[in-house]
Amino acid sequence: MIALQDEKHFLEKVTHEIRVEPKDWMPDQYRKTLIRQISQHAHSEIVGMLPEGNWITRAPSLKRKAILIAKVQDEAGHGLYLYSAAETLGISRAEMIDQLHSGRAKYSSIFNYPTISWADIGAIGWLVDGAAIMNQVPLCRCSYGPYSRAMVRICKEESFHQRQGFDILLKLSQGSKAQKNMVQDSINRWWWPSIMMFGPADESSPHSRQSMEWKIKRFSNDELRQRFVDMCAQQVKVLGLELPDEKLKWNEKRQQYDFGEIDWKEFRNVVNGNGPCNKERLATRIKAHEDGAWVREAAAAHAEKRRAKSARAA
Amino acid sequence: MNKDWPLWEVFIRSKNGLDHKHAGSLHATDARMAIENARDVYTRRMEGVSIWVVESKYIHASNPEDSDSLYDPANDKAYRHPTFYDLPEEVKNM
Ligand SMILES: [Fe+2]
Ligand SMILES: [Fe+2]
Repeated sequence: MIALQDEKHFLEKVTHEIRVEPKDWMPDQYRKTLIRQISQHAHSEIVGMLPEGNWITRAPSLKRKAILIAKVQDEAGHGLYLYSAAETLGISRAEMIDQLHSGRAKYSSIFNYPTISWADIGAIGWLVDGAAIMNQVPLCRCSYGPYSRAMVRICKEESFHQRQGFDILLKLSQGSKAQKNMVQDSINRWWWPSIMMFGPADESSPHSRQSMEWKIKRFSNDELRQRFVDMCAQQVKVLGLELPDEKLKWNEKRQQYDFGEIDWKEFRNVVNGNGPCNKERLATRIKAHEDGAWVREAAAAHAEKRRAKSARAA
Repeated sequence: MNKDWPLWEVFIRSKNGLDHKHAGSLHATDARMAIENARDVYTRRMEGVSIWVVESKYIHASNPEDSDSLYDPANDKAYRHPTFYDLPEEVKNM
């Protein structure tokens, strides 16, 4: 009886756009869904630093290097905001890290593709951060308070990421023939994985409906994907280049672009761990964590020593 | 599995003259590290001029289930608000 009351109260709140806060009653499944989504999101921010981190030492100028460091540092911060939001739901940081390292938790598949040229750093900013923003802006109104507040903070920082990426591509596209080719090659490789970032098509996205009801999600995968395609189809013209899709065509009736079929087999393949860099990414992350163990131990020992010292002095 | 460092809540004063406001949380071994990390994570774009950190376990919060008894009585005390009082037009600057 009490549970029924609670559930009713919870749904009323969600319907009236009142945020749910950590100590409020919430359905178990709501809590589980959020923990899964927020922790995966956090892992994506953290693993997402790796493909870009690869290029910090090879950025073509001091200015580009400073920008790239700032961006990668932002992503570390995003990971932290999100881990903190997930922790308010009752999971510990250590547990989440453990889930990532043991392969039980997923992160965005896009980071399992390699960054083989400098243009890839531009393409990531423009397309990958661009798709992330498209996904994240509606999450600023997510029904769970700590998640929505983390997303507001993240979105404020994201827009520079997308712009710096486009700026890299724009400068290259105005350069030599070889530079222009490098950009086109990069777009060719990143385009399809980027539009896969919105997740499976609506008809095969089982959790979406419940998440929409709970106002965790505001728009369907296909809606957001369509908006992204429409946006990029315009922007790519500024670069004087093309998206690698022969079926991409303005549809006067729909007032949207038609586009080609996504290769879902590839999507599932990468999600299931068989993308070009899955093993390397996870191995790098685990190594970084293990290599940092002595620093964490030393910091803990140092703090303990200082506590003991100030206790003696008191 | 690793053990986490203690959790800290971070409060930031965005400008001189304003209150500190909750910004988020982080793990750190002690207060000094918490402030240093808060500086790196929460004030990279001049979001603050002052930082407070409090170990989360020392924060006591009201219970959401008590919210009716805690806040409802205020509803029938409209006389606490200036708009409760109708004053004649001639009274200026009040
Ligand atoms: Fe991010
Ligand atoms: Fe980003």
